[in-house]
Order: sequence, then C-alpha cells, then structure tokens
Amino acid sequence: MRELKYKEAISEAHVQAMLKNPNIYMMGVGVADPTGIFGTTIAASKCFGKERVFDTPLSENTLTGIGIGSAMCGLRPILIHARNDFLLLTMDQIVNHAAKWNYMAGGKLPIPFLIRAIIGRGWGQAAQHSQSLQALFAHIPGLQVIMPSSPYDAKGLILSSMESDKTTICIEHRWLYEKSGPVPEEPYSIPFGKGTILRKGKDITLVAISHMTLEAKTAAEECSKENIDIEIIDPRSLRPLDEDLILSSIKKTGRLIIADAAWKMCGMSSEISALAAEKCFPYLKAPILRITLQDTPTPCSSVLETVYYPTSMNIVKAARSLFSGKPKDDAKEFIAAKSERDFSGPF
Amino acid sequence: MNKSNSQLSPELAQKLYLSLLRCRKFEEKIVELYPQQEIRCPTHLSLGQEGVAAGVCSALEKEDLIFSTHRCHSHTIAKGADLKFLMAELYGKKTGCSKGKGGSMHFLQPEIGAMGASAIVGGTIPLAIGAALALKMKSKNQVSVAFFGDGAIEQGTFHEGLNFASLKKLPVLFICENNGLATCTPISSRQPFSDIYKRAESYMIPGNQVDGTNVHEVYQAAATAVERAKKGEGPTLIEAQCYRWREHVGPNFDYQLGFRSKEDVEKAIEKCPIKCLEEKIKNENILSKEILLEISDLVTKEIEESVNFAKESPFPQAEEIFMDL
Repeated sequence: MRELKYKEAISEAHVQAMLKNPNIYMMGVGVADPTGIFGTTIAASKCFGKERVFDTPLSENTLTGIGIGSAMCGLRPILIHARNDFLLLTMDQIVNHAAKWNYMAGGKLPIPFLIRAIIGRGWGQAAQHSQSLQALFAHIPGLQVIMPSSPYDAKGLILSSMESDKTTICIEHRWLYEKSGPVPEEPYSIPFGKGTILRKGKDITLVAISHMTLEAKTAAEECSKENIDIEIIDPRSLRPLDEDLILSSIKKTGRLIIADAAWKMCGMSSEISALAAEKCFPYLKAPILRITLQDTPTPCSSVLETVYYPTSMNIVKAARSLFSGKPKDDAKEFIAAKSERDFSGPF
Repeated sequence: MNKSNSQLSPELAQKLYLSLLRCRKFEEKIVELYPQQEIRCPTHLSLGQEGVAAGVCSALEKEDLIFSTHRCHSHTIAKGADLKFLMAELYGKKTGCSKGKGGSMHFLQPEIGAMGASAIVGGTIPLAIGAALALKMKSKNQVSVAFFGDGAIEQGTFHEGLNFASLKKLPVLFICENNGLATCTPISSRQPFSDIYKRAESYMIPGNQVDGTNVHEVYQAAATAVERAKKGEGPTLIEAQCYRWREHVGPNFDYQLGFRSKEDVEKAIEKCPIKCLEEKIKNENILSKEILLEISDLVTKEIEESVNFAKESPFPQAEEIFMDL
C-alpha cells in the first residue's frame, strides 16, 4: 500500500472531507499561513481558499464559541491550535458550551466540531508549549477525544470526526508528523471507541497512547529477546474508550502496564488502572505499573527533558520487574529508539 | 417598509403589546407558583426588562436567530416560543423545551430561532457570532442576535467577539441589557465608565444607547441594526438601559439586602415598559382599550394553558439521563 507521512495523512483527510462536504470550513491562528500548521493545512488552503480556510485573531475562547454557533447552523467547523496548551484558554467554550449544548437543548442542537491541537514536545519548548492535556478533555461527558498514533489512524479518525455529530478533540504529538505508514488513497473511517492491537503477546498488556506507542514497540522487541511477550494496545480514542479490548487483553495476560506521556495524577493511566481494578481484578497476577511523565512542569534544558520524558527503557524495566524470575541479561542495556533525534528546531 | 423610521402603527403597537404581556404574565405566574415548590430550578426573572426583549425580537423575522443568557425567559418568549414547552421545562417535565435537561437558564426553541441560552456570563456572544458567520457563508438574508447583560462587557468574549464580528462584517446584533447590576454589585464597582455603547467605537461599529423601558425606541434601534446587518454592513452594539425589579435569582424583591432602596425600586416600577406603552397608545389614540383588554385576556388564557400543560405532563424516565448527549 502507498505510504504517507502522518502530517500528509491529516492533510489528505482534510482535503477529502472538504471536497465531499461544502459545509466544512477550517480556521485557527496560522491555518492559512505559509507553514500551514506543520503542513497539515497547506493543501486545504490551496484547494479551498480564504472562504473556507482562514486565519483568525488570537482569540481562542471566542473562536471555539464561533465554531459552536456555526455548527448549530449547519456548518462543520475545524479549529486548529498549533499547541495543545492554547486549549486552556478555551476551556469555557469547550467544556461549558460545546460539550453541553446539545444536552441542554434536549438533543435538538448537536455540535459537530473538530478541534485539533498539537503537543509541541522537544527543542526546549518548556512548560507552556508541550503539555499533554488529554485527561482534561477525556473527563468531560459530551466530548470525544482521539489521539491517533499512525498515519492510517490519523486519516481515518479525522474523517470519522467529519461524519460525527459531536465535538471531537484531536490531540496530535508532533513527533509523529514525519513518521510514515500505509494509508489508503480512498476515504475511510475508523469508529470512535475502537482501539487496535499493535502487537500480539501473551505475557503483559501494554496500553500505549499516542507517541508512546513507538516507545512501546521498541520496548516490546527488546523484551521479546528476554522471552517476555508484550501485547500492545493503542486505544486511539480515549473517550469513548475501548474497554472491551483492554479488558480482554488483561484477562489473557494478567499483567498491565500503561504508557501515557502525561501526568500520572488523575491521568488516563489512572483511569485505565481503575478500569482494570474494577472490572478484571481477579485476573491480575501483578500490580499495575504506569509509565508517565515526571510530576513537574516541562523543563527546558535538554538534560532535564531527558529526565522528564519516559522512553522505551522505562517500559522495558517495568516489564522486567514483572518477571524478575525470568532469565535476562541485566548488563545488556539497549539503546532506545531515539525518535527525538528525528526532530530538530527551530520551534 | 422602512421599519426604523416608522411611526408606531396600530399593527406594531399590537405586536409590541402582545409581546410585552406574554413576557410579563409568564414571569408573574412564576412568582405566584414558585412557593408551591414544584418549579425546582433557579429562575432569573426579567420583570421590568421586557421592553428590550419585546422591542428587539419584534424587529426580527422568524428565521432570524437569537442567543440568550441565564435571564432568558423574555428573550425566548418574545422570539415567539410556545409557552407550554417553557413552563413544562420549569417543572422539569419530559415535554419541556429541552426535555427537562436545561431548566430556566437554558430556554430554547430552535424552530422559531431561539438557539439557546448560557448560564456563563458572556458565553453566548461567540455563539451568536458563529451563527452569523454561518448565515454569511451560506448567503442567507438573516441576522443573529446576542443578548447579554452589563456584566458580559467585563468578559473577554465581548471584546474578542466584537473584534471578530467587525473584522468579518457579520450580520449580528449585540444587545446589551444594562441593568447596572451583577447580582448585587453595581456597575460603578466593576467598570470605569457606564456608557457601554461607547465601546463600539473602538471596534469601528455603530453603538447606541436606548431607553430599555421604551419598547418602541428599542424596536427602532433594533430595526435599524437589522437593516444594516442585512445590507452586509456588519454588526451594531445597542445598549438598552433597564432596571431589574426583582432579586438576582428567585421570585422576591431584594431591597431588604440594603444595596438599593425600596424607593429606587418603586420609582423604577413606575417606569414600567408596559405602562409606558399603554400611555403612548392612549395618548396617541393608536389602539382601543377593548383591543388591549382582548390581548390581555388572550395572554392570561395562554399562560393558564401552559401551567396546566406543565403540571399534567409526565416527568422524564430515569434512562433518559443518558439520551441527547
């Protein structure tokens, strides 16, 4: 199958959806500028012009409300933020309005709305340009939250959001943007609430979210050399969450590790742990382990960033700890896939 | 017809009077029924402020859209909502305008252009602008209206919204009901000057101030703004000065709290928008007394029917909590 980069898959999804549905429009700070949100909006901007792809004032909260109002009147807005962090300026309109309007209206006014936001990890982005805020949105009834990790999922989930009658928050990790993978040329959709098994295994269920799926794959390969067979699950959408897929895997393996590059406290890793404890406790053979960020804001210095972000090595160590009886060569440390080396500045 | 320059014709007088009475009697009925404790949600009454809702909404067509606030009864009623569905909503019934999910602060009826109300101050200003954007993108000859209070001027959405609407020349009316109070806090404690309409100038849009108790004056200002919006010339800010007769939330008066005097409230009630219109109708001999009585009886009947409908309607089933998400 043809391969596309993650960012190209997003771009293609936008163009195909907008060709099909004239009610879709796209706005945000920088969507029509020459860099086009890491290249994801350039093609749409060229194809559809300023009427349907337009730059905006720096008014994140009001822009969200404008999206909501237009969605009530038959349009399908896409609002894009170059950084996840900017969503914090717009929590009122997302949480108090987009998520609730249809409910408060007794189902009469659905809000079909896609909001994309990007995790800007790396190159010293520091505390306000690299946060992973998925848990804040996954907490809210009335929203859908997706975090595609592959080009295939990015295109399919974005196209699904264009058919959905709800507001969808799509959080993208920019270290995925240059990754390539097979993507069908024709439009297709991926249902929300359906995760995927990235690697089959029998010993440990490893739920990995977004960019952590890449670290998970590296870790699983390393562990397989030590006869630890890891099953990797990518939930793809966090709300709704594919509980059945996660639970059936845990029932098979009896062990659970969650890798979510976000904070541990009240995070997705807490939620998935609680799910396992509530619904398949008797199957668990070992404590649940969580691989998350350090409990601090993001530091700038590259040395501190290294301390802050978990890697495949953290996953391998966690997996080994669950099998301390299994044969392994502790001296043989491996070099984690340095995906960060693929990324450089200036911003 | 050039609505903005029209004299008060008998037809318009009748329309305005009917609209005012529907707003007034609906809320007077709430005051009467509230002690029964069957209306189990907070109600922010707009008694005394009906001139703004009636004046603006009478200048709109059915297809035009309005967005409202926590004090949304009169706006929704004046836009032409069916009182049965509103009253049933207050009673938490399945037949309510949002099936018992919204209550008093979230009245709506999309079929007649009432698109809902937010209990977050300033929350619907962007929504009204978004609706106007959709109207413009779809080349529809309609307008969108944001109702909000003086408190909303202090929110970012007001300034962000006026900036965007002016930039894009959107067909939207910004209607500020300036009752001078945020709960019990006077505007003088919150804003450096009280002429809200002057803020329009910095966004290069027209801003004007009207007497919110003079329904005809409100109507004329709104009609002018609608004409301008439909010609593609963009938004208008209208500040309608008015007075909240009752407490911030609930059916009672609040002068006993001491932040305003009983005399001030009574003076404001003397300047009742309905009374003002009745005097004008009488002085200029626009409508007969009989017609006014007929309208009044009609509205009384409509209110009674709405109460019966609400009381007799079923409550939602427990499983309905998961619907309409």
